Amino acid sequence: MFTVSKLAAMLLMGSATAAFAVTPLLRVCADPNNMPFSNQAQQGFENHLAQMVAGDLGMTVAYYWYPQRGKFFSKTLNAGKCDVVMEVPVGIPVASTTVPYYQSSYVFVSRHDRHLNLHSMDDPRLRQLRIGVHITGDEDSNLPPVNALTSRGIVNNLVGYSIYGKLSEKNPPSDLIQAVADKQVDVAIAWGPMAGYFAKHSAVPLDVTPVDVVLPNPEVPFTFAIAMGVRHGDTKLQQELNAEIERRRADIHRLLEAYDVPLLGPQSTVPMGY
Amino acid sequence: MERVKRISAIGAALGLFCGIAFLPASRLLAQKNKGNSNSAAHSGMTTDIPGALPGIHLVSPVPNGQWTLPAGDYANTRYSPLSQINAQNVQNLHLVANYSVGIPHGFEGQPLVVGSTLYMVTPYPNNLIALDLTKPGFPQKWIFEPHPDIRAVGIACCDVVNRGAVYANGKIIYNTLDAYTVAVDANTGKQVWRTQVGNIQLGETITMAPIVVKNVVLTGISGAELGVRGRLTALDVDTGKILWRAWNTGSDADVRIGSDFKPFYKKDQGKNLGITTWTPGQWKLGGGTIWGWISYDPELNLIYYGTGNPGVWNPDMRPGSNHWSITIWARNPETGMAKWAYQVVPHDAWDYDEIMENILVDMPWQGKERKLLLHPGRTGFMFVLDRETGEVLSAQKYVPVTWANSYDLKTGLPDINLDKRTHFGKYATDICPSSTGGKDFIPSAFSPQTGYIYIPAHNTCMDYEGTAVNYIAGTPYLGASVRMYPGPGGYQGELIAWDVSNQKQVWGIKDPTLPVYAGVLATGGDLVFYGTMEGWFRAVDAHTGKILWQAKTGSGIIGDPITFTGPDGKQYVAIFSGIGGWMGATAFPSVSNDDPYAGLGVVGAMKQIKGITQAGAALYVYSF
Repeated sequence: MFTVSKLAAMLLMGSATAAFAVTPLLRVCADPNNMPFSNQAQQGFENHLAQMVAGDLGMTVAYYWYPQRGKFFSKTLNAGKCDVVMEVPVGIPVASTTVPYYQSSYVFVSRHDRHLNLHSMDDPRLRQLRIGVHITGDEDSNLPPVNALTSRGIVNNLVGYSIYGKLSEKNPPSDLIQAVADKQVDVAIAWGPMAGYFAKHSAVPLDVTPVDVVLPNPEVPFTFAIAMGVRHGDTKLQQELNAEIERRRADIHRLLEAYDVPLLGPQSTVPMGY
Repeated sequence: MERVKRISAIGAALGLFCGIAFLPASRLLAQKNKGNSNSAAHSGMTTDIPGALPGIHLVSPVPNGQWTLPAGDYANTRYSPLSQINAQNVQNLHLVANYSVGIPHGFEGQPLVVGSTLYMVTPYPNNLIALDLTKPGFPQKWIFEPHPDIRAVGIACCDVVNRGAVYANGKIIYNTLDAYTVAVDANTGKQVWRTQVGNIQLGETITMAPIVVKNVVLTGISGAELGVRGRLTALDVDTGKILWRAWNTGSDADVRIGSDFKPFYKKDQGKNLGITTWTPGQWKLGGGTIWGWISYDPELNLIYYGTGNPGVWNPDMRPGSNHWSITIWARNPETGMAKWAYQVVPHDAWDYDEIMENILVDMPWQGKERKLLLHPGRTGFMFVLDRETGEVLSAQKYVPVTWANSYDLKTGLPDINLDKRTHFGKYATDICPSSTGGKDFIPSAFSPQTGYIYIPAHNTCMDYEGTAVNYIAGTPYLGASVRMYPGPGGYQGELIAWDVSNQKQVWGIKDPTLPVYAGVLATGGDLVFYGTMEGWFRAVDAHTGKILWQAKTGSGIIGDPITFTGPDGKQYVAIFSGIGGWMGATAFPSVSNDDPYAGLGVVGAMKQIKGITQAGAALYVYSF
C-alpha cells in the first residue's frame, strides 16, 4: 500500500511540474570542438544563435554533440538525434534549409608584416608563395581554393592541412591559421568565419581579405549562403525558423560581427551560394 | 637485430607453423602419417591434398580440422581437404548451433577453431567470445571485453567491422577498432598484452585481421579517407613490443627498401619514390593504408599484401604516380625489408584499393611450373603474378571494366581510358567498376582439385556527376557526386569460378539485386560455400556451380565460411551472418536510401537492401 501511495504522490508531483518539464526542446546537433561555430562550453556563435532562437520560440536548447566529419549529417540530424543544425550551406542535399542568415566567402590570410594584400586567385605571386589549404580527405571532393589553384597549375607550392586535424587539440581546423602566424606558410586560403575569428585572436597581426569571385568560372564559387538545416519534410520547424531569422536579422548580423565573420553584401534572402 | 635472429633460429629449428605448435608432437606425427583422415579430430593442418590437379603445389599446410589463421592457411587459399560433407550428402546439412552476439553491425571475417574451442571477434566493441565445441549447442566458455575507445566509432569510414583473429603461441591475437593489437590467453580468456598500433586522434582505426609469422605479429592500419599514412607494423608475439614499421609513403628507409629490393618494372624502380612521386610534403597525408589480408610463403620466406588508395581524394592535387599507394608488396616477415613491389594503379582517380587477398600457389603456367600469386583486383582485373619477381603474367577482366582497356605486361601499366578519369569540373559516366570494385576485401578461395579461384564479385558502375554543395568541419565546399548503379546486364553480384590456367570464367551464379559480399570456402568434398547479402548460406558444386544446398540465416551474410572437425570427429561448417560493412550498412535504419549519393555513393546501388534484410550479428554452425 505504501509503495502504491508513494507512486501516486510521485505521479501527482509529476503532473504538477508538467508545465515546467514539458517546455519543448530545440534539439540541436553541433560540433563540441570547433570555434567560432560551436563548442561544448557553448561559446560559439551557433550556440548563441540557438539560445536566441529557443528563447524566442519558448523552447529549451538540448545539444547532441558530434564532430563535424564525413558522416555528421547521417549520424546526427538524419539519425533523429536532433532537429536542427544551426549552420549549413544553402543547397546541401542532406538537409532542408531555411532562408539564409548570412553570406561569407573564402579568404586569404597572411601576416600583416608581409603586406601581401591578396585578392585574386589569378595573382601571379600565388605561383611562388607557400599556400596553406585545408584538405578534406577521401570524400570525392576538395575545397574550392584547391580546385581553383590546381586548375591554374598551382600545385607544387600547396601545403595541405587535414581539416580533421587532431581530435585531441582545440578547434582542429584552426591549425591552418596558426601555420600562417608561425610562418610555415606565406598565405592560407580558408573559409571566412573560421579564418576571421582566429586571425583576430592571433598573437601576430594577420590580414584577412576575401577571395574575389571569378565570374567566368562559376564552377568554383568562393561565396556561400548559410542557413539553418532541418530534416527533409520538417516544414513546420523550417517555417518557424524562417520567420525567426527574418525577425532577428539585425541581431544575427551583430552576433556574427562580434565573431569577426567576414560578411558579404546586403543580407539578401536570395540564396547565392550554389 | 639480435631479437630477429633469435626468432628466425627458433622458427627454422621447429619448422612448424604457429597454428599447430600447441599440439603435442605425437599428435602432429600421427596427423602427418594419416594424411587426410576425416575421422581424426583436431587433425590440425596438412600438406596432403587428395585429388589435387597434377603440378599443383600449395606452399603451406591447409586447414584439416582446425582453423587457426584468418584465411585458414598462410597461402590464403581458404581450402580445406575435409570431405565428410560432400556433393553427395550436402543436402542433409542442418543447423547444429547458433549464437547471437547482440550487435546490430556488420559481421565480417571468420571464427577460429583451435582444439575444441571456437573463437570469434565481434564487430565493435570487439569482444572475443570462446565457445566449447565438446558440448551440445556449443555453449559459451568465456567472453573477453577489451572496451575499445568509443570515439573510434565516429572515425571508422564504413561500419565498425572486424575481420577476425589469428592463433599463435597459446594466444588469440586480434585488432580493436581503436587501433590496438591485443593478445588474449586462448585458455583463460585473460589479456596477455595490448599494444597501441595507431592513433584514433589522427583518424587511424584497424579492422583487418593480423597474421603471425615466426613469432612476428603483422598488422596494417585503416583510415586513408582521413589522410592517414599507411604502414605495416610488426610486433613481438610474446610481448606485443613493436619491432618495426614499414611505411607506404616517405623515404626508402621509412618504406624499408634496401639493397635487396628488386622491383620487376622500371616504373617501380628509383630512389625514394615514396617522396619523389608526390608534390612536396603531400606524401605525409598519402594514404596507402593496409586493411585486407596478408599471405606468407614459407619457402621463399616472403609475406605479400596490398595497399589502399592514395591520400587526398582530388587527383589533381597530387600529380605523380603516388607510390606506394595501390601496390602489392613482397617483404621479409622478420626484418620487414622489401623484396619487390608492383604498383597496380599509378595516380589513382577511382579509389581502387588493392588490399585484396593474394593467393599463393605453385602450378603449371603456360607449360612451365611457376610460383604464382593470384590477385582478383578491385580494379576488375584478375592479376596473376610471378611471386618470386613481381612480374605480371596475366591481367584479364573478370567483371565489366571501362576505366582501362588492358594491362601492358611489358611495362606493368594499365591502358587507361581517359574518358573515365575524373577531374573536378570534368565529369565522367559509366565508370566500371565503381569505387567498390570488381570485388572488395571479401576473400576468394582456390581449390587445388579444380584449379579454379572462386571470386565473390560485384557488378556496379558509377557516374561522377555535377557538383553538390557539402559541409564539413565548418567549411562549405563542392563535392563531386558519385552515383553507383548495377552494371551491364543489370545484375549486381556474381560468384565467379575462374580457371586460372586458361584465364577465363567457367561458371557464375548471378545475384540480380545485391553484390556478392561474403567470403568463399572450398573443400575436398567438391564443394564451395558462400553467402548472399539476402542471408542465404549456400553449398555449390565446385565443378559446375550448381547450388546443392542452401539455408537461410537471420541477416545478410558478409562473413567468410570456415570448416572444421569437432571433438566428436564430425565435420562442421560455420558462417557469420549480420548485414553491414560499406555496402551493407545501407540496410541500417540510420541510413536514408532516398539519397543516392549517401554512403560515399553506394546507396544508389543498394536501394533494395532495406526491403530484404535487417541487421543482427550471429554465428551459424551446420553439420549432419
